[in-house]
Amino acid sequence: MLLEARGLGVHFATPRGLLRAVNGVSLEIEAGETLGLVGESGCGKSTLGRAIMRLVPIAEGELLLENQYITRLEGTALKQVRPKVQMVFQDPVSSLNPRRRVGSLVGQPLSVAGWSRRDIADRVAELLAQVSLPKDAMDRYPHEFSGGQRQRIGIARALALSPKLVICDEPVSALDVSVRAQVVNLLKDIQDRLGVGYLFISHDLSVVENVADRLMVMYLGRVVEQGRAADVLARPAHPYTHALLSAAPVANPALARSRQRVVLQGELPSPVNPPSGCTFRTRCPYAEARCAAEAPALRPVGDQHVACHFDFSEGFADATTGVSA
Amino acid sequence: MAGLDVRGLSVSLYTRGGVLPALSEVSLSVQPGRTLALVGESGCGKSMTALAIMRLLPEPPARIIAGQVMLGDTDLAALPERRMLGVRGKAVSMIFQDPMSSLNPVVPVGQQIMEVLRRHENLSGRAARTRAAELLTLVGIPDAEARLAEYPHRLSGGMCQRVMIAIAIACRPAVLVADEPTTALDVTVQAQILELLKRLQAETGMALLLITHDLGVVAEMADEVAVMYAGRVVEQGPVDAIFAAPLHPYTRGLLGATPSGGTAGRHTRLADIPGSVPSLAELPAGCAFAPRCPLAHAACTAQPPLTTLAPQHLAACFAALGVPAHAA
Ligand SMILES: Nc1ncnc2c1ncn2[C@@H]1O[C@H](COP(=O)(O)OP(=O)(O)OP(=O)(O)O)[C@@H](O)[C@H]1O
Ligand SMILES: Nc1ncnc2c1ncn2[C@@H]1O[C@H](COP(=O)(O)OP(=O)(O)OP(=O)(O)O)[C@@H](O)[C@H]1O
Ligand SMILES: [Mg+2]
Ligand SMILES: [Mg+2]
Repeated sequence: MLLEARGLGVHFATPRGLLRAVNGVSLEIEAGETLGLVGESGCGKSTLGRAIMRLVPIAEGELLLENQYITRLEGTALKQVRPKVQMVFQDPVSSLNPRRRVGSLVGQPLSVAGWSRRDIADRVAELLAQVSLPKDAMDRYPHEFSGGQRQRIGIARALALSPKLVICDEPVSALDVSVRAQVVNLLKDIQDRLGVGYLFISHDLSVVENVADRLMVMYLGRVVEQGRAADVLARPAHPYTHALLSAAPVANPALARSRQRVVLQGELPSPVNPPSGCTFRTRCPYAEARCAAEAPALRPVGDQHVACHFDFSEGFADATTGVSA
Repeated sequence: MAGLDVRGLSVSLYTRGGVLPALSEVSLSVQPGRTLALVGESGCGKSMTALAIMRLLPEPPARIIAGQVMLGDTDLAALPERRMLGVRGKAVSMIFQDPMSSLNPVVPVGQQIMEVLRRHENLSGRAARTRAAELLTLVGIPDAEARLAEYPHRLSGGMCQRVMIAIAIACRPAVLVADEPTTALDVTVQAQILELLKRLQAETGMALLLITHDLGVVAEMADEVAVMYAGRVVEQGPVDAIFAAPLHPYTRGLLGATPSGGTAGRHTRLADIPGSVPSLAELPAGCAFAPRCPLAHAACTAQPPLTTLAPQHLAACFAALGVPAHAA
């Protein structure tokens, strides 16, 4: 197994109390595989990514990279595993230093790792070719490139030290449709060629659908559903996943007119003071008394794992109160 | 109720680097009770079009150099600002992409709604307050009375956008211009806001000009669609025709690059459009899409006219027109 997280928790102390940004999250990613991660703003996607990068303190649980515990590594030992996990960010502009040339930006992780100038130059040329940027890009500045090209620069830099796992945090969300497709295709090509694993974070289900082998849905720091992407998307078994899928607009007018839509009522509760029991119950059209009393554990339902007291693997009845068509 | 009819609108930007053609001969029309989606990638001129309609262009550098913005028999493009003040927010109103920054952070939301009612409807005191609470209820904000005193930063992004909508529809506008009204919101909240706009439109019969870069939102909302590229409308038509039988290679490219739900799994490759959108300062002569176009040929160094090629369906493309390469 390339990456394994067991019951991972990340807590932030805030003025209003302890915020469990990531709460008991377990996941696995194999080499060459993409795990898609979706959920609304603030549900903990980036924090989970940063925890895997060991950039935020882990409060509970374990993290294993290539079957080695990395949860509590520090100093030199941590430095040795760092290159294996890299990150690609949403905003390629602000994550790049505007005063440095592309060659130095892409080569920076290599010089930190002590590579010689000559080797760096060769490797940078190779990386730029891998992301289909012209060789002369090396001597230019980030602002001379379009958004899509800047994202390629970010990807080249992430690949510099041949990582095993790349955390892609909304890598295409800031890009235009036509360019988004270029970058998604590039990420897939790189995976096919190098066998890297991806944790692919996105709030856009249609993008995730196109890249993920498996899919994980988070709500207020917890995993509510997990399974093969095709299964989860075709037969969601958690009411939240069902609502998310139903809310996502489809680029097909006939389908848009004919389908039944679940419009979730209300808003995300405060993560500092989450509802008791199942945290989704305040917006769930199917909630019953039990849901306030007892937090559901992630359990096998149909072909996936679902944290819900009820079994919706046979589908959802749309006539329930709170659900509008 | 009057619809909106934009005719041959051109806007130039007078910058230090020269005069840039931000909008070129843009024509659009939205009928009462209908929704026209204006789509295109970043920088193609969608917001510029909205601001020109509202007469809110930053002048300088921008200036309307040609065209009309007809609201019934009135040309908004020719109105003096003094008279435009009576139109903006009343007959035509606009909601912006970022609700947080378009509300005044130091004024309670109730007062911001009441101000519009005071200015255009001559309502004051009690009546304005009652109406403001009604409007908040109408846009789906629970406990409206109490919310009137709330400051914007105490509300979520979705709630702020509802307040913006309440302000925009306070005077029952004939035309509502919505510039990316849900782009900053989560999909679940986006669905709520889109449903709300549909409901309000059904109740008031307003014409909706919906600006978005999201073809999913277009499919959900639009009756008609106009596709923009580099400051021009390159295709326009009924929503079903645009999706089922797009005429312009750019529209086809956009649709190909958009995963459409249920069809594209992990192992399908998205079609992409090579290259990126040109900047206004570096527009090629003739068709601006030609350098990225698989069908470009010699004729495309001239500007293709927007031509009706199917019922209500127009495109500006020599290849779609069937013009052979040697005809230019
Ligand atoms: N350094 C921090 N200190 C305190 N709270 C934090 C910190 N970082 C994140 N949070 C909080 O943790 C929760 C999860 O945030 P996170 O950024 O992981 O969400 P996300 O799912 O990535 O959201 P988005 O889709 O908006 O990027 C949020 O409530 C956020 O406000
Ligand atoms: N003040 C300005 N000076 C110079 N150029 C400008 C100015 N304002 C806008 N532009 C240019 O005008 C063009 C149209 O911009 P506009 O904001 O209408 O695009 P848009 O289609 O709304 O894009 P987005 O989807 O990113 O909102 C862009 O190329 C932009 O760079
Ligand atoms: Mg995030
Ligand atoms: Mg805009």
